[in-house]
Amino acid sequence: MQDPRELTPDLWTRLRAFTRARIGLERCGDGIPTAELLRYQLDHARARDTVNREVDFAAIEAQLGDRRILRVHSAATDRSLYVRRPDLGRRLNPDSRALLAREHADEPWDVVFIIADGLSSAAVNDHSAATFRACLERLSEWKLAPVVLAAQARVALGDEVTTLLNADLCVVLIGERPGLSVSNSLSIYLTWQPSVGHRDADRNCISNIHADGLGYEHAADKAFWLLSQAKRRRLSGIALKENASPQSPNLSNLPAPLPALGENGHP
Amino acid sequence: MAARMVLADIPLKTFLSDAVIPYETDDVTRLIIDTHDAVAFAPVASLTVGGLRDWLLSYAADADALRALAPGLTPEMAAAVSKIMRNQDLVAVAAKCEVVTAFRSTVGLKGRLSSRLQPNHPTDDPRGVMASTIDGLRFGIGDAVIGINPATDNVDACVALLRFLDELRRRLAIPTQSCVLSHVTTTLQAIESGAPVDLVFQSIAGSQLANAGFGVNLNLLSEAQNAALSLHRGTIGSNVMYFETGQGSALSSNAHHGVDQQTIETRAYGVARAFDPFLVNTVVGFIGPEYLYDAKQIIRAGLEDHCCGKLLGLPMGVDVCYTNHAEADQDDMDTLMTVLAVAGVSFLIAVPGADDVMLSYQSLGYHDVLGLRQLMRLRPAPEFDAWLDKMGMLDGRGLLSPQPPPTSLTLQLLS
Repeated sequence: MQDPRELTPDLWTRLRAFTRARIGLERCGDGIPTAELLRYQLDHARARDTVNREVDFAAIEAQLGDRRILRVHSAATDRSLYVRRPDLGRRLNPDSRALLAREHADEPWDVVFIIADGLSSAAVNDHSAATFRACLERLSEWKLAPVVLAAQARVALGDEVTTLLNADLCVVLIGERPGLSVSNSLSIYLTWQPSVGHRDADRNCISNIHADGLGYEHAADKAFWLLSQAKRRRLSGIALKENASPQSPNLSNLPAPLPALGENGHP
Repeated sequence: MAARMVLADIPLKTFLSDAVIPYETDDVTRLIIDTHDAVAFAPVASLTVGGLRDWLLSYAADADALRALAPGLTPEMAAAVSKIMRNQDLVAVAAKCEVVTAFRSTVGLKGRLSSRLQPNHPTDDPRGVMASTIDGLRFGIGDAVIGINPATDNVDACVALLRFLDELRRRLAIPTQSCVLSHVTTTLQAIESGAPVDLVFQSIAGSQLANAGFGVNLNLLSEAQNAALSLHRGTIGSNVMYFETGQGSALSSNAHHGVDQQTIETRAYGVARAFDPFLVNTVVGFIGPEYLYDAKQIIRAGLEDHCCGKLLGLPMGVDVCYTNHAEADQDDMDTLMTVLAVAGVSFLIAVPGADDVMLSYQSLGYHDVLGLRQLMRLRPAPEFDAWLDKMGMLDGRGLLSPQPPPTSLTLQLLS
């Protein structure tokens, strides 16, 4: 009979099809084998580079076709300051604030999309335009504000943008901080009627949009479900549970909406 | 330095009358003041912060004395004294504390180092989660909890993961507990739908406003604790809560009221201890360089958090970790985990190859915890240790062999 121990390497090869996690590593005593150690250190060096590289916003603008674009910059003047001062990354610089103030709409937009660099230039370069286009296909009935491209920006920068432009919903597409195995993962943050200093519990997040994570269409399905629910129920965050099944989003099978929140003509 | 000298001279009683966040406006302050145990406080009531440091270091402050003192210390007192302690002091005092909790395994016994197995997956694919879980079990990881951070906070996905983890645990008869680290409201819905919930998880912080930022309050935590207790799933203990904290979370949500980030962190431990948790850990380097800039700060904060948690009577573990935008690397994590093991940390978190592919940060790897245990002669929780032996994972010296015998766990899973 074959020694069952010989089956183990084959087991790990099979299991690696299901995850990019560093499973099935050998042991040298209790330590990591040299080749694995060096691979890890190389990945770390690459991830560090991704944090410091800039997004190619001109290329993203080109991918958005003829949509109106507004370019803004946070109050963090450079990457070093951005990393150390999250408060600055959440606020617009004076020029950007003035620009958006001039764009204030009389009738509120349904939603404004903000593409922000966050901590991964690679995520935004690789996935933001395609994710935006997939969302756009589902929002043909919606009034969309100009698309805002934001440099040195954190999620909460969208709050100020949304207030200045006068929109009901804020959607921020932003580069997640890079990991070792995936350094270009994009997130979508969605907030109903945000204001400066808004609580994070009132946001909904769809994360891990990348080649081995969530696809564009699936992410856009989730975003559309959340946007529709947020608009109907006039709220976002933990009160708005994301019950669209992660495996098979079925938009005809949505849970019934809760009763209206207010009695004052806000259905 | 001048600040330390001023701090050392402040009488401990001052912290009972001068709240850092007003009693009237903050339920965490009310909890701290209303549950303060004056009898337990009596032995140190006449001391200053500096005097407390001297007393904590003294031989009189042994495990029994420190256990008796815990309800008499407020978070602000613990945070204050930790600020005038050197790293060596933080290690020595924490090492004297003994906090034991239980559910299906026992965490916190002397000579033991437990671990959370964290098999995260970017899309919560159960097959990927299973692969990482099996891998961790063969390293002896998972005696504190097998705990997944789900990629999305979705009740159905949470229930599916809970059922899957529970089935794996029962099939292999593993004396441990599982947890899907969803928001507490999601877990409550999972409990209502009959899902097998062992531990209820929640991130918490040190002010009412910061907890509101997490979407929780003290009543909700109490409701969740009662719901989990009603399931009676613990076999040897009834600690059912699992909390995570981390310096900077209150500041990050602008809910720190001008209080320094270590004091507000320690106030989160004041919240935790009201709910008899099974596990508490600081995710020390997770929040990023915005709050802890480099390895020196991460190491210092890890030791402070651990020591303050233990002084307040918590089963304190640490996620020894960093992000890719922090000035730190795996060498620094080696240092922190080793010093924490000397300090008697209750549990550490481990992921395959020290790389969390869902949360995109670096924690400890399975190898790291295994190596640390063998280096420091520390064993997993006794129930889990016996299970490893029963599964044929241990060699004649009680070590987890790189070449397990043919009866071992991974091979059983093949069949």
